[in-house]
Amino acid sequence: MDIQLTEEQELLRSSIQRFLREQYDFDERRKIVATDEGWSRRHWKSFAELGLCAAPFQESSGGLGGGSLATMIVMQEFGRNLVVEPYFETVVLAGDLIENIGSSEQRQAFLPKIMEGDAIWALAWAEGRSRYDFDNVNTTARRQGDRFVLSGSKAAVVGAPWADKLIVSARTSGQPRDRDGVSLFIVDRHAANLHLQSFKTIDGRRAAELTLMNVEVPASQMLGNEGEGVAALEAARDRAIAALCAEAVGAMTELNSATLEYSKTRKQFGVALGTFQVLQHRMVDMFIALEESISLTQHLNLSLASKEPNGSKLASGAKTKVGYAARFVAEQAVQLHGGMGMSDELNVGHYFKRISSINIQFGDPAYHLMRYAQQS
Amino acid sequence: MELNLSSEDAAFRDEVRAFIAENYPQEMRVPNPETDLTKEQSLLWHRILYKKGWIAPLWPKEYGGPGWSVTQRFIFEQETSRAGTLPPLAFSVTMVGPVIYTFGNDAQKKKFLPRILSGEDWWCQGYSEPGSGSDLASVRTKAVRDGDHYIVNGHKTWTTLAQHADWIFCLVRTDPSAKPQAGISFLLIDMKSPGVTVRPIITIDGSHEVNDVFLEDVRVPVENLIGEENKGWTYAKFLLGNERTSMAGIGRSTRYLGRLKQIVRTEVGEDDPAFGEFIREIARVELDVLALEATELRIVAQMSRGIDPGPAASLFKIRGTEIFQRITDLTHQAIGNYGLAIREHPVSANHFMPGPDYGHTATEKYLNSRKLSIYGGSNEIQRNIIAKAVLGL
Repeated sequence: MDIQLTEEQELLRSSIQRFLREQYDFDERRKIVATDEGWSRRHWKSFAELGLCAAPFQESSGGLGGGSLATMIVMQEFGRNLVVEPYFETVVLAGDLIENIGSSEQRQAFLPKIMEGDAIWALAWAEGRSRYDFDNVNTTARRQGDRFVLSGSKAAVVGAPWADKLIVSARTSGQPRDRDGVSLFIVDRHAANLHLQSFKTIDGRRAAELTLMNVEVPASQMLGNEGEGVAALEAARDRAIAALCAEAVGAMTELNSATLEYSKTRKQFGVALGTFQVLQHRMVDMFIALEESISLTQHLNLSLASKEPNGSKLASGAKTKVGYAARFVAEQAVQLHGGMGMSDELNVGHYFKRISSINIQFGDPAYHLMRYAQQS
Repeated sequence: MELNLSSEDAAFRDEVRAFIAENYPQEMRVPNPETDLTKEQSLLWHRILYKKGWIAPLWPKEYGGPGWSVTQRFIFEQETSRAGTLPPLAFSVTMVGPVIYTFGNDAQKKKFLPRILSGEDWWCQGYSEPGSGSDLASVRTKAVRDGDHYIVNGHKTWTTLAQHADWIFCLVRTDPSAKPQAGISFLLIDMKSPGVTVRPIITIDGSHEVNDVFLEDVRVPVENLIGEENKGWTYAKFLLGNERTSMAGIGRSTRYLGRLKQIVRTEVGEDDPAFGEFIREIARVELDVLALEATELRIVAQMSRGIDPGPAASLFKIRGTEIFQRITDLTHQAIGNYGLAIREHPVSANHFMPGPDYGHTATEKYLNSRKLSIYGGSNEIQRNIIAKAVLGL
């Protein structure tokens, strides 16, 4: 049950760690976030050169064959360093969908560019009132000859302002809330009649509201089978959750060690904060929350890697439990840092904000708790 | 959730599972095995395991252990707990036994170990005193040397099942002038000795599990001293470490959770405003169990590779007890009005209990399980241990 990394996986981890330590410290990250674009192409190219963009893909697709465990390793380190570049959106979400349900032409056309760091992708599934359900789709895709015409709007698409390509869910048949009839389309971000309104996110990234007014997409750019988009998104979500849990574990690890360090050095009433029992016990509970999160994250990743039958239920369970645990750790890390925890200058608040964002992406703990309960 | 078992370990698991199914005494399947069995009944399973050679999984082979690997021990623990078997005498096998074979002399090993394994001797634990709860090093029971004997005077309390015990292992103060931890010795006392009196303590659930044990001028032969005089604190801590190893209680929590779900389905209708709350709370506890189980499996895998689990036992004790308390709390809530009723003790079929059978022990379990976060080093003490040993505070 305990994941023992292979030599290859250890190598992957240590090379990411070295790179991030040397070139992606908190100051560097702050500069990146403050740029006009809000992310760094230069660092992105370095990630690709390190093999991170190719790591999880199968060897038959031209990848390094690392699978979900490679994703777990990358995301955990990215979580520890608050990396803002759209690895999750491009590699974990879009790359995964293309590899799993794309046609061979689509795989050949798009995966090499992703692996080489030459393309950024984003996934547009949410709508203004969809909450976290993939079937609540009002955007339509009408067939016209050899193309589809997409109309509607998509909400809070993380990474869309940075993207070259978008995967958009739209209804080819049925009514909102019908499980069948949702299809996925690969849309050029600069396509005619596609409008973006960009905004900043809580965790220093960029997202956009999308408006599609008769956007034409060649029929060959439908991703997966017509009408089966919900199932495809659900499967992708399970793997996305495994990646987000790993990222949360990375962030929690840093928060716990920062808090512990602070409690040993910060003095009040003439003694170190860490001598107060109430704070010691709080930090023990933060430690336990992290240990349990590591265990569940590993369990989920192993289950998905071996395609266990209840993987989807487990994904919802992990999203819930790790989500609550991460929120607890993040809030308490701010609390135990006192006034400093509120300061934008310190990294603690930025971990807190990334965790808040993770807890919203692909469904919050309350949503997944009910999804988990309904499958019991 | 399962460990990834080798074929030998999988065969072992099947063997354990089959053995339990064929041999666990029907007589012991009562509503609440911890309180409803006579002394003789509660020893039945102990004796069956003894005959099989499985009574002491932790013990080295030379003293009568089965010689199992870490993984096999875990499998055995998992299977017996999932099947809801009453664990064999813990104070004897898990606690005093290892102290005797680790720190005792040859004569003590020869005299006590075989009788612990066979169940001939029932041991109880003389640690807590009215003035010494979590602060165990403050024990005041005195042992004064008088020739070949110690004269012991004092008052032990919360002594579990002392009413059945043949022997008690005691922490006694042999050097009143030394620092608290330095003046303590570990003494084995025959419960039949003159001057030993047992008085029941009835707990809030109505049951008689614990007792006061009064020691008045009890003469204890010097040969019953374990190890060295005034080194008892070392042995006591060693024992507490063992006590905490298996407190995650995943099997038990899983069984009780299954029953809770069944009760909620039957007793709380979907139109009940509280139904959604139960569903959410149950799912949350289920995830707590899952996370703890995954942690336990992770640590077992590490141990089998020779990695020291460190204070993992404290984590299991904290979370395992919090989880079980929550389950008993929810179960008591789920039976609704019949949560007002409580079984009378001693338990008898002649006493009327209202409501469906599955709710009859809900009240007493809820009340009784409050003890879990107090005994064996309170959960606050466990947090102190982690703070010191892991966080370096």
